[in-house]
Amino acid sequence: MCHPPPAVREDESVGWSWGGQELGPDECMNGLDLVSHSQITRLYSRFTSLDKGENGTLSREDFQRIPELAINPLGDRIINAFFPEGEDQVNFRGFMRTLAHFRPIEDNEKSKDVNGPEPLNSRSNKLHFAFRLYDLDKDDKISRDELLQVLRMMVGVNISDEQLGSIADRTIQEADQDGDSAISFTEFVKVLEKVDVEQKMSIRFLH
Amino acid sequence: MLCAALPLLWLPLAGAAATEEPTPEPGSPGEPPPGLALFRWQWHEVEAPYLVALWILVASLAKIVFHLSRKVTSLVPESCLLILLGLVLGGIVLAVAKKAEYQLEPGTFFLFLLPPIVLDSGYFMPSRLFFDNLGAILTYAVVGTLWNAFTTGAALWGLQQAGLVAPRVQASLLDFLLFGSLISAVDPVAVLAVFEEVHVNDTLFIIVFGESLLNDAVTVVLYKVCNSFVEMGSANVQATDYLKGVASLFVVSLGGAAVGLVFAFLLALTTRFTKRVRIIEPLLVFLLAYAAYLTAEMASLSAILAVTMCGLGCKKYVEANISHKSRTAVKYTMKTLASCAETVIFMLLGISAVDSSKWAWDSGLVLGTLFFILFFRALGVVLQTWVLNQFRLVPLDKIDQVVMSYGGLRGAVAFALVILLDKTKVPAKDYFVATTIVVVFFTVIVQGLTIKPLVKWLKVKRSEHHKPTLNQELHEHTFDHILAAVEDVVGHHGYHYWRDRWEQFDKKYLSQLLMRRSAYRIRDQIWDVYYRLNIRDAISFVDQGGHILSSTGLTLPSMPSRNSMAETSVTNLLRESGSGACLDLQVIDTVRSGRDREDAVMHHLLCGGLYKPRRRYKASCSRHFISEDAQERQDKEVFQQNMKRRLESFKSTKHNICFTKSKPRPRKTSRKKDGLANTEATNGKPPRNLSVQDTAAVILTVESEEEEESDSSETEKEDDEGIIFVARATSEVLQEVKVSGSLEVCPSPRIIPPSPTCAEKELPWKSGQGDLAVYVSSETTKIVPVDMQTGWNQSISSLESLASPPCTQAPTVTRLPPCPLAAEEPQHPFNLPYDPRPSFAFPPSLAKAGRSRSESSADIPQQQELQPLMGYEDRTHLSPGTANSHWCIQFNKGSRL
Repeated sequence: MCHPPPAVREDESVGWSWGGQELGPDECMNGLDLVSHSQITRLYSRFTSLDKGENGTLSREDFQRIPELAINPLGDRIINAFFPEGEDQVNFRGFMRTLAHFRPIEDNEKSKDVNGPEPLNSRSNKLHFAFRLYDLDKDDKISRDELLQVLRMMVGVNISDEQLGSIADRTIQEADQDGDSAISFTEFVKVLEKVDVEQKMSIRFLH
Repeated sequence: MLCAALPLLWLPLAGAAATEEPTPEPGSPGEPPPGLALFRWQWHEVEAPYLVALWILVASLAKIVFHLSRKVTSLVPESCLLILLGLVLGGIVLAVAKKAEYQLEPGTFFLFLLPPIVLDSGYFMPSRLFFDNLGAILTYAVVGTLWNAFTTGAALWGLQQAGLVAPRVQASLLDFLLFGSLISAVDPVAVLAVFEEVHVNDTLFIIVFGESLLNDAVTVVLYKVCNSFVEMGSANVQATDYLKGVASLFVVSLGGAAVGLVFAFLLALTTRFTKRVRIIEPLLVFLLAYAAYLTAEMASLSAILAVTMCGLGCKKYVEANISHKSRTAVKYTMKTLASCAETVIFMLLGISAVDSSKWAWDSGLVLGTLFFILFFRALGVVLQTWVLNQFRLVPLDKIDQVVMSYGGLRGAVAFALVILLDKTKVPAKDYFVATTIVVVFFTVIVQGLTIKPLVKWLKVKRSEHHKPTLNQELHEHTFDHILAAVEDVVGHHGYHYWRDRWEQFDKKYLSQLLMRRSAYRIRDQIWDVYYRLNIRDAISFVDQGGHILSSTGLTLPSMPSRNSMAETSVTNLLRESGSGACLDLQVIDTVRSGRDREDAVMHHLLCGGLYKPRRRYKASCSRHFISEDAQERQDKEVFQQNMKRRLESFKSTKHNICFTKSKPRPRKTSRKKDGLANTEATNGKPPRNLSVQDTAAVILTVESEEEEESDSSETEKEDDEGIIFVARATSEVLQEVKVSGSLEVCPSPRIIPPSPTCAEKELPWKSGQGDLAVYVSSETTKIVPVDMQTGWNQSISSLESLASPPCTQAPTVTRLPPCPLAAEEPQHPFNLPYDPRPSFAFPPSLAKAGRSRSESSADIPQQQELQPLMGYEDRTHLSPGTANSHWCIQFNKGSRL
């Protein structure tokens, strides 16, 4: 059992300035406020070590320099997920916000504030993160083409296009409920309802 | 373990004198045969194996008897029943022979009974789950076992010092530690037997079970070290001996694991080259795994660990290499052997307890041991869990801990080890034996009986058994990649990082080295799941009665879609489908309705002219190869195409109407009425949504009724009795049928125009259909391929759901093209495919029409190896007694490709 880390806001605890791009304190930080001080410090040092331009933000190239990420089949998509739409830079806060998706859900979090804003590490947000990796055109649907692209990345070259096509078809058939030959987010959640997403999309390090 | 040092007691089950064995009477070898004896007893020559066989037979029969009553087995674990049975049998033997005859010999146990169980559990261990929880498992197995052994031993010694153990139990601290080491280990056999029936959640199960497997190394080491200390005498033990003891822990465990992995490597490598001798594949698996066990035993390493690692390590590669049939053979043989061994172990445990000569009861010792093992187990679990939860992503809660402490069952390993003690060195051996028996009985019977109610009462999270869907598999892969990537970004080399690394390594080197090239090429987990789902679907499909004949039926109307493919010869197609038709006589025999018969008759005439019907049971002349002849290859092709079609039919159920069951009447009438409806239908609804999906669906529905024929007569007939096609019989018979009003009629193939139009989608029943289709596909995915019974039931239910249409659809159905085919086709059976029927409004993308064909032929070379004889095999599942089986197949061409 980890003790609930002290509730700190990172800019107080770490204390650097954002140079004008300060975000509102309430905005979306509810997933972060449980990240412990030491954790933030460690992540910040990681952030700065990635930040080769030393301008307080990370660019795509900074991410792509991580060698292991280059061989991750979904690497590019995951890198993209760090960047807000239309931007090429991500600051530490954005960096943390993305990582906050992978914080494990604590027992005491499960019950509390049903009404409050949904924390970033909620089941639905975790799922949505994964969903966005598929959904390139952001129409809230995984079309067959989008699915095929991801499949192509994830399976070896030895699977023929036709086989992939049939896998994609079958996947969509399985999930598709409204008959639009695409997987909507609702359908996505539905097919994964038996999967322990809380566990499978969490990293202990981010406690 | 240890027993390598023992004189190998060859089949000691029967080793004891068998003359008094009550079951087989030795007969009367009394009178000396004068001259040539007509009849001679040679009991002594067959005695040993005969008795072994008899014991196993008794155990199996007992199992059958237990399972006659569902109520009993749901309340009482089988292991308890078997122990009780053993007690009764032992009592009988004792009463007859006046002395206890049989007991669980450590040699037999370790060399013959234990390996199959461990191999089974290692081979079928869910590896992902195992490695996910490896940290916890190792902690409990190593720290937990050490803790249990030392605390129990020390506490018993304290009990003796306090005077609570009778002074006649002469034991020193070392003796107690030795006893503690053998009594502390949780037993894999007992745990497996009980937990398999309890169905706790996977994590809990894998932790308790993994612990019981891996603690073997610790138990062996502790037992050996203590034993040698006892033999040396405590005075002579030097400090270096303690160090050696600690070192041997590492040697034994790591050595055992290494032996296992080496053999796993060898096994995987060997199976890579068995392509031409498929028949020995299952044997290889068993031989090499057993060799691993014996090798580890020989080197006095942890044999259980060796076999576990061997099974765990080789599975992935072996499964990829060996043929589908071998896979089934391995699975069943392994399960059979394991279950057999388990049964015999528990029964012999019961019998062994009857032997009063080795009993020496001391209440203090027995009660003290019972209390201590429970207490220290619980304490150990709580302490370790507290530490582990600091590191675990998903902490183990209190309820889990209760189950884990309570699930610490002791079993035959402890018993065998205590029997092995040397009476001269350990004077209190008899007391220890008695205590061990009580402990084993207590844990297996009392805890085994109560753990199920306990789990229910505590509301422990149960395991939900659902077959993985393609979506789950795919998305979980995505999750894994995401987590690995996030760990990379964060710069934290955690579990996901290393797993990712391992997978890279495995893919790059190991798999390439250990897998057959053909298997490696198509090896992919997502593809695997897809493939398995397809097989499951196909099996359920076959179960539904929609077997190969349906493809024949289908090929006919669908010919136009195929003949666009230049290189596909018509004869090929026909032969292919023809082979199917022959297999199906069985079903046709069961068809009762006049219409069905007439249909069948037509098909047969048609097909009969084109190819030779195959013999269903053909003698195999080679015992070394299961030959895959051309016929089977054809069957496979057909089978694959069927699967594909069926899948596509799922798709198109969403866009087309293909329900047939409850409204056969309107369709019939429409068919009779006009052949124009065909054109009408297609003209009326031109395929507007080409971009979405172009569908040319063809549906064949046959509702066959069970015929009051015995199976035997059917099978006899099916080869010889042909189905005769009557070319022009349609209208006549239709009339007949209509008059008789019989509804269980087979509508012959009819064509559904490509019509996934927007308008249709908006029809009220349309959405219902979409749901249905989803239901069907998800339903079928749940079917366990091996369990044909469930498969059958489910397919029936899913089929019925498919086949029960909403009534509103009737008008549409009537507009569907009627089937003049039935009348036309037989007239020119040879150029069927070239029949340019205007009514077939195929989408403009006719170039793609041959897709299904080319696709399947592309698949064949790859899949052939993976699923040899699959199509053939499935046919045997056909039950002739199918009441109302329906087939529903569609061709569906997606223009999206």
